[in-house]
Amino acid sequence: MAALTKEETEALIQEVLEIYPEQARKDRAKHLAINDQSLEKSNKCITSNRKSQPGVMTIRGCAYAGSKGVVWGPIKDMIHISHGPVGCGQYSRAGRRNYYVGTTGVNTFGTMNFTSDFQEKDIVFGGDKKLAKIMNEIEALFPLNKGISIQSECPIGLIGDDIEAVAKKANKEINKPVVPVRCEGFRGVSQSLGHHIANDAIRDWVLENRDGDESFATTPYDVAVIGDYNIGGDAWASRTLLEEMGLRVVAQWSGDGTIAEMEKTPKVKLNLIHCYRSMNYIARHMEEKYKIPWIEYNFFGPTKIAESLRKIAALFDETIQAGAEKVIAKYQAEYDAVIAKYKPRLQGKRVMLYVGGLRPRHVIGAYEDLGMEVVGTGYEFGHNDDYDRTIKEMGNATLIYDDVTGYEFEEFVKRVQPDLIGSGIKEKYIFQKMGIPFRQMHSWDYSGPYHGYDGFAIFARDMDMTLNNPCWKQVKAPWKTAESSDVAVAASV
Amino acid sequence: MPSVMLKKNAEGKLVFYVPKKDLEEVAESIEFDNPEKWGGEVLLSDGSKYYFEPMNEQPDFPVTLRAKRLD
Ligand code: SF4
Repeated sequence: MAALTKEETEALIQEVLEIYPEQARKDRAKHLAINDQSLEKSNKCITSNRKSQPGVMTIRGCAYAGSKGVVWGPIKDMIHISHGPVGCGQYSRAGRRNYYVGTTGVNTFGTMNFTSDFQEKDIVFGGDKKLAKIMNEIEALFPLNKGISIQSECPIGLIGDDIEAVAKKANKEINKPVVPVRCEGFRGVSQSLGHHIANDAIRDWVLENRDGDESFATTPYDVAVIGDYNIGGDAWASRTLLEEMGLRVVAQWSGDGTIAEMEKTPKVKLNLIHCYRSMNYIARHMEEKYKIPWIEYNFFGPTKIAESLRKIAALFDETIQAGAEKVIAKYQAEYDAVIAKYKPRLQGKRVMLYVGGLRPRHVIGAYEDLGMEVVGTGYEFGHNDDYDRTIKEMGNATLIYDDVTGYEFEEFVKRVQPDLIGSGIKEKYIFQKMGIPFRQMHSWDYSGPYHGYDGFAIFARDMDMTLNNPCWKQVKAPWKTAESSDVAVAASV
Repeated sequence: MPSVMLKKNAEGKLVFYVPKKDLEEVAESIEFDNPEKWGGEVLLSDGSKYYFEPMNEQPDFPVTLRAKRLD
Protein backbone atom coordinates (compact mmCIF):
# COMPACT_ATOMS: atom_id res chain seq x y z
CA MET A 1 0.00 0.00 0.00
CA ALA A 2 1.25 3.46 -0.86
CA ALA A 3 1.96 5.94 1.89
CA LEU A 4 -0.91 8.16 2.92
CA THR A 5 -0.83 11.77 1.84
CA LYS A 6 -1.17 14.56 4.32
CA GLU A 7 -4.84 15.04 3.43
CA GLU A 8 -5.58 11.33 3.77
CA THR A 9 -3.90 11.21 7.16
CA GLU A 10 -5.86 14.23 8.27
CA ALA A 11 -9.09 12.61 7.09
CA LEU A 12 -8.16 9.41 8.88
CA ILE A 13 -7.66 11.22 12.18
CA GLN A 14 -11.01 12.97 11.79
CA GLU A 15 -12.72 9.71 10.96
CA VAL A 16 -11.28 7.98 14.00
CA LEU A 17 -12.24 10.85 16.29
CA GLU A 18 -15.81 10.81 14.99
CA ILE A 19 -16.95 8.12 17.38
CA TYR A 20 -16.11 10.00 20.60
CA PRO A 21 -18.52 12.26 22.48
CA GLU A 22 -17.76 15.91 21.94
CA GLN A 23 -15.63 16.55 25.00
CA ALA A 24 -13.51 13.46 24.52
CA ARG A 25 -13.13 14.21 20.83
CA LYS A 26 -11.80 17.67 21.57
CA ASP A 27 -9.33 16.27 24.03
CA ARG A 28 -8.13 13.36 21.93
CA ALA A 29 -7.75 15.59 18.86
CA LYS A 30 -4.89 17.35 20.64
CA HIS A 31 -2.99 14.09 21.02
CA LEU A 32 -3.09 13.03 17.37
CA ALA A 33 -0.96 14.74 14.78
CA ILE A 34 0.53 14.59 11.35
CA ASN A 35 4.25 14.95 11.35
CA ASP A 36 5.64 18.09 9.83
CA GLN A 37 9.41 18.24 9.78
CA SER A 38 9.42 21.98 9.34
CA LEU A 39 8.16 22.45 12.90
CA GLU A 40 10.81 23.22 15.48
CA LYS A 41 8.62 22.60 18.47
CA SER A 42 6.14 19.80 19.00
CA ASN A 43 3.75 21.80 21.18
CA LYS A 44 2.48 23.42 17.99
CA CYS A 45 0.99 20.12 16.87
CA ILE A 46 0.67 17.72 19.79
CA THR A 47 -0.24 17.72 23.47
CA SER A 48 1.30 15.14 25.77
CA ASN A 49 1.70 14.13 29.41
CA ARG A 50 -1.95 14.77 30.20
CA LYS A 51 -4.39 12.65 32.12
CA SER A 52 -5.97 9.91 30.02
CA GLN A 53 -9.69 10.15 29.29
CA PRO A 54 -11.91 8.08 31.54
CA GLY A 55 -13.52 5.27 29.61
CA VAL A 56 -10.85 4.75 26.97
CA MET A 57 -8.35 1.92 26.95
CA THR A 58 -5.02 3.46 27.74
CA ILE A 59 -1.85 1.46 27.72
CA ARG A 60 -0.10 3.46 30.41
CA GLY A 61 1.27 2.24 33.72
CA CYS A 62 1.45 3.89 37.14
CA ALA A 63 4.12 5.81 39.05
CA TYR A 64 5.02 2.72 41.05
CA ALA A 65 5.69 0.91 37.77
CA GLY A 66 7.95 3.78 36.70
CA SER A 67 9.96 3.69 39.90
CA LYS A 68 10.05 0.04 40.94
CA GLY A 69 9.73 -1.50 37.50
CA VAL A 70 11.97 0.82 35.55
CA VAL A 71 14.45 2.85 37.54
CA TRP A 72 15.04 1.05 40.85
CA GLY A 73 14.14 -2.53 40.06
CA PRO A 74 17.22 -3.35 37.95
CA ILE A 75 19.68 -2.25 40.66
CA LYS A 76 20.60 -5.80 41.36
CA ASP A 77 22.31 -5.82 44.73
CA MET A 78 19.59 -3.92 46.53
CA ILE A 79 16.32 -5.33 47.73
CA HIS A 80 13.32 -3.39 46.54
CA ILE A 81 10.30 -3.82 48.75
CA SER A 82 6.99 -3.42 46.98
CA HIS A 83 5.37 -1.79 49.96
CA GLY A 84 1.64 -2.40 50.05
CA PRO A 85 -0.58 -5.21 48.78
CA VAL A 86 1.06 -8.14 47.07
CA GLY A 87 -0.36 -7.76 43.56
CA CYS A 88 1.48 -4.69 42.23
CA GLY A 89 4.84 -6.39 42.64
CA GLN A 90 3.87 -9.95 41.93
CA TYR A 91 2.10 -9.30 38.64
CA SER A 92 5.00 -7.23 37.34
CA ARG A 93 7.73 -9.49 38.67
CA ALA A 94 10.65 -10.12 36.31
CA GLY A 95 8.58 -8.99 33.33
CA ARG A 96 11.10 -6.53 31.97
CA ARG A 97 13.92 -8.96 31.42
CA ASN A 98 16.65 -6.77 32.88
CA TYR A 99 19.54 -9.19 32.70
CA TYR A 100 22.20 -9.23 35.37
CA VAL A 101 25.15 -11.24 36.57
CA GLY A 102 25.01 -12.69 40.05
CA THR A 103 23.45 -15.41 42.13
CA THR A 104 19.82 -14.57 42.64
CA GLY A 105 18.80 -14.79 46.26
CA VAL A 106 22.38 -14.57 47.49
CA ASN A 107 24.04 -11.40 46.24
CA THR A 108 21.56 -10.23 43.62
CA PHE A 109 17.80 -10.00 43.82
CA GLY A 110 16.56 -8.75 40.46
CA THR A 111 13.93 -11.33 39.62
CA MET A 112 12.63 -11.83 43.14
CA ASN A 113 9.55 -10.17 44.56
CA PHE A 114 9.74 -8.66 48.04
CA THR A 115 6.51 -7.27 49.38
CA SER A 116 5.02 -6.21 52.68
CA ASP A 117 1.80 -7.96 51.56
CA PHE A 118 -0.66 -5.54 53.16
CA GLN A 119 -3.75 -6.97 54.78
CA GLU A 120 -6.83 -5.15 56.01
CA LYS A 121 -5.32 -4.58 59.46
CA ASP A 122 -2.27 -2.89 57.96
CA ILE A 123 -4.52 -0.47 56.10
CA VAL A 124 -6.51 0.24 59.26
CA PHE A 125 -3.67 0.46 61.77
CA GLY A 126 -0.84 1.49 59.45
CA GLY A 127 2.04 -0.55 58.09
CA ASP A 128 5.11 1.14 59.56
CA LYS A 129 5.72 -1.54 62.16
CA LYS A 130 5.42 -4.27 59.59
CA LEU A 131 7.85 -2.45 57.32
CA ALA A 132 10.42 -2.17 60.08
CA LYS A 133 9.98 -5.83 60.85
CA ILE A 134 10.41 -7.05 57.29
CA MET A 135 13.56 -5.01 56.89
CA ASN A 136 15.05 -6.86 59.82
CA GLU A 137 13.91 -10.13 58.31
CA ILE A 138 15.52 -9.18 55.03
CA GLU A 139 18.79 -8.45 56.80
CA ALA A 140 18.70 -11.83 58.51
CA LEU A 141 17.75 -13.83 55.44
CA PHE A 142 19.74 -11.97 52.77
CA PRO A 143 22.76 -10.51 54.56
CA LEU A 144 24.61 -9.83 51.30
CA ASN A 145 22.14 -7.19 50.17
CA LYS A 146 23.73 -3.76 49.74
CA GLY A 147 20.71 -1.71 50.64
CA ILE A 148 16.94 -1.56 50.60
CA SER A 149 14.52 0.64 48.72
CA ILE A 150 10.90 1.04 49.77
CA GLN A 151 8.68 1.35 46.73
CA SER A 152 5.33 2.74 47.84
CA GLU A 153 2.17 1.35 46.32
CA CYS A 154 -1.09 3.29 46.35
CA PRO A 155 -2.30 2.60 49.92
CA ILE A 156 0.85 3.96 51.55
CA GLY A 157 0.10 7.50 50.50
CA LEU A 158 -3.60 7.09 51.20
CA ILE A 159 -3.20 5.97 54.81
CA GLY A 160 -0.35 8.40 55.46
CA ASP A 161 2.38 6.04 56.67
CA ASP A 162 5.67 7.70 57.54
CA ILE A 163 8.06 5.51 55.59
CA GLU A 164 10.81 8.14 55.74
CA ALA A 165 11.01 7.80 59.51
CA VAL A 166 11.09 4.01 59.29
CA ALA A 167 13.78 4.22 56.62
CA LYS A 168 15.98 6.53 58.69
CA LYS A 169 15.72 4.27 61.67
CA ALA A 170 16.45 1.13 59.65
CA ASN A 171 19.39 2.87 58.03
CA LYS A 172 20.98 3.34 61.45
CA GLU A 173 20.20 -0.21 62.51
CA ILE A 174 21.47 -2.07 59.48
CA ASN A 175 24.04 0.49 58.41
CA LYS A 176 23.19 0.30 54.73
CA PRO A 177 21.31 2.72 52.48
CA VAL A 178 17.57 2.49 53.02
CA VAL A 179 15.69 4.59 50.50
CA PRO A 180 12.02 5.49 50.86
CA VAL A 181 10.42 6.22 47.48
CA ARG A 182 7.08 8.02 47.37
CA CYS A 183 6.02 6.53 44.06
CA GLU A 184 2.41 5.68 44.92
CA GLY A 185 0.63 4.62 41.76
CA PHE A 186 -1.91 7.42 41.83
CA ARG A 187 0.68 10.15 41.48
CA GLY A 188 0.82 11.82 38.08
CA VAL A 189 -0.74 10.71 34.85
CA SER A 190 1.50 7.80 33.94
CA GLN A 191 4.67 5.95 34.90
CA SER A 192 6.56 9.05 33.85
CA LEU A 193 6.16 10.79 37.19
CA GLY A 194 7.40 7.58 38.80
CA HIS A 195 10.66 7.94 36.89
CA HIS A 196 10.98 11.49 38.13
CA ILE A 197 10.22 10.55 41.75
CA ALA A 198 12.71 7.69 41.52
CA ASN A 199 15.37 10.04 40.15
CA ASP A 200 14.70 12.46 42.98
CA ALA A 201 15.03 9.65 45.51
CA ILE A 202 18.41 8.72 44.05
CA ARG A 203 19.41 12.36 44.21
CA ASP A 204 18.39 12.71 47.84
CA TRP A 205 19.42 9.35 49.27
CA VAL A 206 22.23 7.90 47.15
CA LEU A 207 24.12 10.36 45.03
CA GLU A 208 25.81 12.28 47.83
CA ASN A 209 27.01 9.20 49.70
CA ARG A 210 30.58 9.55 48.48
CA ASP A 211 30.86 13.30 48.30
CA GLY A 212 34.22 14.32 49.70
CA ASP A 213 35.56 10.78 49.46
CA GLU A 214 38.35 10.80 46.89
CA SER A 215 39.50 7.21 47.36
CA PHE A 216 38.06 6.12 44.02
CA ALA A 217 40.82 6.40 41.41
CA THR A 218 39.45 8.21 38.38
CA THR A 219 40.69 8.45 34.80
CA PRO A 220 40.03 11.14 32.20
CA TYR A 221 37.94 8.60 30.28
CA ASP A 222 35.34 7.75 32.91
CA VAL A 223 31.75 7.70 31.73
CA ALA A 224 28.44 6.45 33.06
CA VAL A 225 25.78 4.79 30.95
CA ILE A 226 22.48 6.25 32.10
CA GLY A 227 19.05 5.01 31.13
CA ASP A 228 20.01 1.61 29.79
CA TYR A 229 18.07 -1.13 31.54
CA ASN A 230 19.96 -4.05 30.04
CA ILE A 231 16.86 -5.56 28.53
CA GLY A 232 17.94 -8.83 27.00
CA GLY A 233 21.54 -7.68 27.54
CA ASP A 234 21.32 -4.25 25.86
CA ALA A 235 23.69 -2.51 28.22
CA TRP A 236 26.34 -5.16 27.74
CA ALA A 237 26.18 -4.81 23.96
CA SER A 238 26.56 -1.04 24.40
CA ARG A 239 29.25 -1.18 27.02
CA THR A 240 31.60 -3.28 24.89
CA LEU A 241 31.58 -0.63 22.18
CA LEU A 242 32.34 2.16 24.61
CA GLU A 243 35.15 0.19 26.20
CA GLU A 244 36.61 -0.78 22.85
CA MET A 245 36.87 2.87 21.91
CA GLY A 246 38.88 3.49 25.06
CA LEU A 247 36.36 4.78 27.58
CA ARG A 248 35.92 3.37 31.04
CA VAL A 249 32.32 2.65 31.98
CA VAL A 250 32.11 3.31 35.69
CA ALA A 251 28.40 2.81 36.16
CA GLN A 252 25.38 1.31 34.47
CA TRP A 253 22.08 2.96 35.36
CA SER A 254 20.40 0.81 36.10
CA GLY A 255 20.48 -2.42 34.10
CA ASP A 256 22.91 -4.84 35.74
CA GLY A 257 23.79 -1.91 37.98
CA THR A 258 24.76 -1.75 41.63
CA ILE A 259 24.36 0.87 44.27
CA ALA A 260 28.13 1.26 44.52
CA GLU A 261 28.24 2.22 40.83
CA MET A 262 25.54 4.80 41.38
CA GLU A 263 27.42 6.30 44.29
CA LYS A 264 30.53 6.60 42.13
CA THR A 265 28.75 8.28 39.25
CA PRO A 266 29.38 11.85 40.46
CA LYS A 267 33.08 11.15 39.81
CA VAL A 268 32.72 10.52 36.06
CA LYS A 269 33.62 12.94 33.28
CA LEU A 270 30.55 12.48 31.11
CA ASN A 271 27.09 11.01 31.48
CA LEU A 272 25.75 9.16 28.45
CA ILE A 273 21.96 9.16 28.32
CA HIS A 274 20.16 6.49 26.37
CA CYS A 275 16.65 6.73 27.77
CA TYR A 276 16.20 10.46 28.07
CA ARG A 277 12.66 10.26 29.40
CA SER A 278 13.35 8.21 32.49
CA MET A 279 16.70 9.62 33.58
CA ASN A 280 17.23 13.11 32.21
CA TYR A 281 16.34 14.48 35.65
CA ILE A 282 19.31 12.96 37.40
CA ALA A 283 21.62 13.89 34.52
CA ARG A 284 20.53 17.50 34.76
CA HIS A 285 21.01 17.40 38.49
CA MET A 286 24.55 16.05 38.17
CA GLU A 287 25.29 18.66 35.55
CA GLU A 288 24.32 21.41 37.93
CA LYS A 289 25.78 20.01 41.11
CA TYR A 290 28.89 18.19 39.92
CA LYS A 291 29.34 19.99 36.56
CA ILE A 292 29.22 16.71 34.69
CA PRO A 293 28.04 17.30 31.13
CA TRP A 294 25.64 14.79 29.56
CA ILE A 295 24.71 13.87 26.04
CA GLU A 296 22.05 11.72 24.49
CA TYR A 297 23.07 8.87 22.24
CA ASN A 298 21.38 6.17 20.22
CA PHE A 299 22.76 2.65 19.84
CA PHE A 300 20.07 1.22 17.54
CA GLY A 301 21.30 0.40 14.04
CA PRO A 302 24.73 1.05 12.49
CA THR A 303 23.96 4.55 11.17
CA LYS A 304 22.94 5.87 14.57
CA ILE A 305 25.64 3.93 16.38
CA ALA A 306 28.38 5.45 14.24
CA GLU A 307 26.84 8.89 14.63
CA SER A 308 26.68 8.45 18.41
CA LEU A 309 30.16 7.02 18.78
CA ARG A 310 31.58 10.01 16.92
CA LYS A 311 29.47 12.43 18.93
CA ILE A 312 30.70 10.92 22.18
CA ALA A 313 34.30 10.79 20.97
CA ALA A 314 34.23 14.44 19.98
CA LEU A 315 34.03 15.30 23.66
CA PHE A 316 37.29 13.49 24.39
CA ASP A 317 40.82 13.62 22.99
CA GLU A 318 42.27 12.14 19.81
CA THR A 319 42.91 8.67 21.22
CA ILE A 320 39.20 8.24 21.86
CA GLN A 321 38.31 9.73 18.50
CA ALA A 322 40.65 7.30 16.80
CA GLY A 323 39.17 4.58 18.99
CA ALA A 324 35.68 5.38 17.77
CA GLU A 325 36.78 5.11 14.14
CA LYS A 326 38.49 1.83 14.90
CA VAL A 327 35.35 0.41 16.46
CA ILE A 328 33.20 1.48 13.53
CA ALA A 329 35.68 -0.01 11.07
CA LYS A 330 36.04 -3.20 13.05
CA TYR A 331 32.35 -3.99 12.94
CA GLN A 332 31.72 -2.76 9.43
CA ALA A 333 32.05 -6.13 7.72
CA GLU A 334 29.71 -7.59 10.30
CA TYR A 335 26.90 -5.08 9.95
CA ASP A 336 27.31 -4.81 6.18
CA ALA A 337 26.72 -8.54 6.04
CA VAL A 338 23.60 -8.20 8.20
CA ILE A 339 22.24 -5.51 5.93
CA ALA A 340 23.14 -7.47 2.79
CA LYS A 341 21.30 -10.48 4.12
CA TYR A 342 18.15 -8.89 5.49
CA LYS A 343 17.61 -5.70 3.54
CA PRO A 344 16.39 -7.49 0.41
CA ARG A 345 13.85 -9.34 2.55
CA LEU A 346 12.63 -6.26 4.42
CA GLN A 347 13.05 -3.45 1.90
CA GLY A 348 10.07 -1.11 1.65
CA LYS A 349 8.16 -2.67 4.53
CA ARG A 350 6.20 -0.24 6.66
CA VAL A 351 6.23 -0.21 10.44
CA MET A 352 4.01 1.34 13.08
CA LEU A 353 5.37 1.81 16.57
CA TYR A 354 3.84 2.60 19.90
CA VAL A 355 6.19 2.21 22.79
CA GLY A 356 7.48 3.91 25.91
CA GLY A 357 10.29 6.31 26.65
CA LEU A 358 12.90 6.32 23.90
CA ARG A 359 12.11 3.67 21.36
CA PRO A 360 9.39 5.49 19.44
CA ARG A 361 12.19 7.64 18.05
CA HIS A 362 15.37 5.71 18.73
CA VAL A 363 14.61 2.59 16.72
CA ILE A 364 13.59 4.48 13.58
CA GLY A 365 17.19 4.55 12.36
CA ALA A 366 17.60 0.81 12.79
CA TYR A 367 14.52 0.15 10.66
CA GLU A 368 15.79 2.58 8.04
CA ASP A 369 19.12 0.77 7.94
CA LEU A 370 17.13 -2.28 6.86
CA GLY A 371 15.29 -0.32 4.18
CA MET A 372 12.09 -0.15 6.19
CA GLU A 373 9.98 2.88 6.87
CA VAL A 374 8.29 3.92 10.10
CA VAL A 375 4.90 5.36 9.16
CA GLY A 376 3.45 5.95 12.59
CA THR A 377 4.86 6.38 16.06
CA GLY A 378 3.80 7.46 19.50
CA TYR A 379 4.67 7.47 23.17
CA GLU A 380 2.73 6.04 26.05
CA PHE A 381 4.03 8.63 28.46
CA GLY A 382 6.27 10.98 26.48
CA HIS A 383 6.45 14.70 27.17
CA ASN A 384 6.84 17.66 24.84
CA ASP A 385 10.60 17.34 24.80
CA ASP A 386 10.28 13.77 23.51
CA TYR A 387 8.08 14.85 20.65
CA ASP A 388 10.46 17.72 19.91
CA ARG A 389 13.12 15.09 19.40
CA THR A 390 10.85 12.90 17.27
CA ILE A 391 9.68 15.33 14.61
CA LYS A 392 12.99 15.33 12.75
CA GLU A 393 13.30 11.56 12.82
CA MET A 394 9.93 10.88 11.21
CA GLY A 395 8.91 11.40 7.59
CA ASN A 396 6.46 14.11 6.64
CA ALA A 397 2.76 13.27 6.78
CA THR A 398 3.34 10.25 9.02
CA LEU A 399 1.07 9.69 11.99
CA ILE A 400 2.02 10.67 15.53
CA TYR A 401 -0.17 9.60 18.41
CA ASP A 402 0.21 10.34 22.08
CA ASP A 403 -1.24 8.01 24.72
CA VAL A 404 -3.13 6.31 21.91
CA THR A 405 -6.29 4.50 22.94
CA GLY A 406 -6.89 0.86 22.08
CA TYR A 407 -9.61 1.88 19.69
CA GLU A 408 -7.60 4.54 17.87
CA PHE A 409 -4.61 2.27 17.44
CA GLU A 410 -6.73 -0.47 15.92
CA GLU A 411 -8.44 1.92 13.52
CA PHE A 412 -5.15 3.47 12.46
CA VAL A 413 -3.72 0.05 11.79
CA LYS A 414 -6.74 -1.02 9.76
CA ARG A 415 -6.34 1.96 7.48
CA VAL A 416 -2.56 2.34 7.31
CA GLN A 417 -2.07 -1.42 6.90
CA PRO A 418 1.51 -1.57 8.15
CA ASP A 419 3.60 -4.67 7.47
CA LEU A 420 4.80 -4.78 11.05
CA ILE A 421 3.77 -3.35 14.40
CA GLY A 422 6.11 -2.80 17.30
CA SER A 423 4.38 -2.24 20.61
CA GLY A 424 3.70 -3.87 23.97
CA ILE A 425 2.28 -7.09 25.31
CA LYS A 426 -1.22 -5.64 25.73
CA GLU A 427 -1.38 -4.84 22.03
CA LYS A 428 0.35 -7.93 20.77
CA TYR A 429 -2.45 -10.45 20.58
CA ILE A 430 -5.03 -8.07 19.16
CA PHE A 431 -2.84 -7.34 16.19
CA GLN A 432 -1.62 -10.88 15.76
CA LYS A 433 -5.23 -11.99 15.59
CA MET A 434 -5.81 -9.34 12.95
CA GLY A 435 -3.10 -11.14 11.00
CA ILE A 436 -0.46 -8.44 11.30
CA PRO A 437 3.13 -9.35 12.18
CA PHE A 438 3.97 -7.97 15.59
CA ARG A 439 7.10 -7.51 17.72
CA GLN A 440 6.91 -6.74 21.40
CA MET A 441 9.24 -3.76 21.60
CA HIS A 442 9.38 -3.30 25.38
CA SER A 443 11.14 -6.50 26.31
CA TRP A 444 12.20 -7.47 22.77
CA ASP A 445 9.73 -10.37 22.69
CA TYR A 446 11.97 -12.65 24.74
CA SER A 447 14.91 -11.82 22.48
CA GLY A 448 17.61 -9.19 22.47
CA PRO A 449 19.90 -7.45 22.92
CA TYR A 450 19.01 -4.90 20.25
CA HIS A 451 21.57 -2.25 21.21
CA GLY A 452 24.98 -2.03 19.61
CA TYR A 453 26.32 -3.83 16.57
CA ASP A 454 25.74 -7.24 18.11
CA GLY A 455 22.20 -6.24 18.91
CA PHE A 456 21.55 -5.00 15.40
CA ALA A 457 22.18 -8.47 13.97
CA ILE A 458 19.60 -9.90 16.35
CA PHE A 459 17.19 -7.06 15.65
CA ALA A 460 17.40 -7.67 11.90
CA ARG A 461 16.96 -11.41 12.29
CA ASP A 462 13.95 -10.95 14.57
CA MET A 463 12.23 -8.51 12.25
CA ASP A 464 12.74 -10.84 9.31
CA MET A 465 11.67 -13.87 11.28
CA THR A 466 8.45 -12.15 12.31
CA LEU A 467 7.60 -10.35 9.12
CA ASN A 468 8.35 -13.13 6.68
CA ASN A 469 6.95 -15.88 8.83
CA PRO A 470 4.69 -18.14 6.75
CA CYS A 471 2.18 -18.30 9.60
CA TRP A 472 0.63 -14.96 8.62
CA LYS A 473 -0.77 -16.60 5.50
CA GLN A 474 -2.52 -19.17 7.69
CA VAL A 475 -4.39 -16.74 9.91
CA LYS A 476 -7.62 -16.91 7.92
CA ALA A 477 -9.82 -19.93 8.59
CA PRO A 478 -9.21 -22.42 5.78
CA TRP A 479 -12.85 -22.43 4.67
CA LYS A 480 -12.81 -18.67 4.32
CA THR A 481 -9.94 -18.45 1.86
CA ALA A 482 -10.51 -18.26 -1.87
CA GLU A 483 -8.61 -21.46 -2.65
CA SER A 484 -10.53 -23.48 -0.10
CA SER A 485 -13.46 -24.15 -2.41
CA ASP A 486 -11.11 -25.49 -5.10
CA VAL A 487 -9.39 -27.71 -2.59
CA ALA A 488 -12.76 -28.98 -1.34
CA VAL A 489 -13.84 -29.78 -4.88
CA ALA A 490 -10.55 -31.50 -5.62
CA ALA A 491 -10.86 -33.55 -2.46
CA SER A 492 -14.40 -34.68 -3.22
CA VAL A 493 -13.47 -35.92 -6.67
CA MET B 1 7.83 31.93 39.82
CA PRO B 2 9.06 28.81 38.06
CA SER B 3 12.46 27.35 38.83
CA VAL B 4 14.50 27.47 35.68
CA MET B 5 17.58 25.45 34.97
CA LEU B 6 20.02 27.41 32.87
CA LYS B 7 22.97 26.10 30.95
CA LYS B 8 25.12 27.04 28.00
CA ASN B 9 24.87 24.86 24.92
CA ALA B 10 27.71 23.93 22.57
CA GLU B 11 27.29 27.20 20.68
CA GLY B 12 27.57 29.13 23.92
CA LYS B 13 23.91 30.13 23.88
CA LEU B 14 21.85 30.06 27.02
CA VAL B 15 19.44 27.12 27.25
CA PHE B 16 16.39 27.48 29.36
CA TYR B 17 14.76 24.46 30.95
CA VAL B 18 11.62 24.43 33.07
CA PRO B 19 11.22 20.90 34.40
CA LYS B 20 7.55 21.17 35.33
CA LYS B 21 6.66 22.25 31.83
CA ASP B 22 9.19 20.25 29.80
CA LEU B 23 10.05 23.57 28.30
CA GLU B 24 13.46 23.53 26.69
CA GLU B 25 14.25 26.68 24.78
CA VAL B 26 17.22 28.70 23.65
CA ALA B 27 17.33 32.26 24.92
CA GLU B 28 17.36 34.80 22.10
CA SER B 29 18.40 37.74 24.18
CA ILE B 30 19.27 38.66 27.75
CA GLU B 31 18.88 42.20 28.99
CA PHE B 32 22.13 42.27 30.98
CA ASP B 33 24.80 39.81 29.98
CA ASN B 34 28.22 41.13 30.93
CA PRO B 35 30.73 40.19 33.61
CA GLU B 36 29.45 42.87 36.01
CA LYS B 37 25.75 42.41 35.57
CA TRP B 38 23.57 39.53 34.57
CA GLY B 39 19.81 39.07 34.42
CA GLY B 40 16.78 41.13 33.59
CA GLU B 41 14.44 40.27 30.78
CA VAL B 42 15.11 37.12 28.81
CA LEU B 43 13.41 36.48 25.49
CA LEU B 44 13.07 32.85 24.44
CA SER B 45 12.97 31.54 20.90
CA ASP B 46 9.30 30.60 21.30
CA GLY B 47 8.48 34.25 22.01
CA SER B 48 7.88 33.98 25.76
CA LYS B 49 9.56 36.37 28.18
CA TYR B 50 10.95 35.80 31.64
CA TYR B 51 12.54 38.08 34.19
CA PHE B 52 15.51 37.29 36.39
CA GLU B 53 16.49 39.52 39.28
CA PRO B 54 19.71 41.12 37.99
CA MET B 55 22.87 40.06 39.81
CA ASN B 56 26.35 41.49 40.01
CA GLU B 57 28.20 38.65 38.35
CA GLN B 58 27.71 35.89 35.83
CA PRO B 59 26.14 32.86 37.47
CA ASP B 60 28.12 29.66 37.38
CA PHE B 61 26.24 27.68 34.70
CA PRO B 62 24.51 25.26 34.84
CA VAL B 63 22.43 26.68 37.62
CA THR B 64 18.83 26.74 38.79
CA LEU B 65 17.34 30.18 39.34
CA ARG B 66 13.87 31.50 39.96
CA ALA B 67 12.31 33.56 37.23
CA LYS B 68 9.15 35.54 36.74
CA ARG B 69 7.07 35.01 33.67
CA LEU B 70 6.34 38.30 31.98
CA ASP B 71 3.59 37.76 29.42
S1 SF4 C 1 -1.82 1.98 40.51
FE1 SF4 C 1 -1.44 1.57 42.69
S2 SF4 C 1 -2.46 -0.38 43.08
FE2 SF4 C 1 -2.19 -0.21 40.86
S3 SF4 C 1 -0.23 -1.24 40.38
FE3 SF4 C 1 0.19 0.95 40.69
S4 SF4 C 1 0.75 1.12 42.87
FE4 SF4 C 1 -0.31 -0.84 42.60
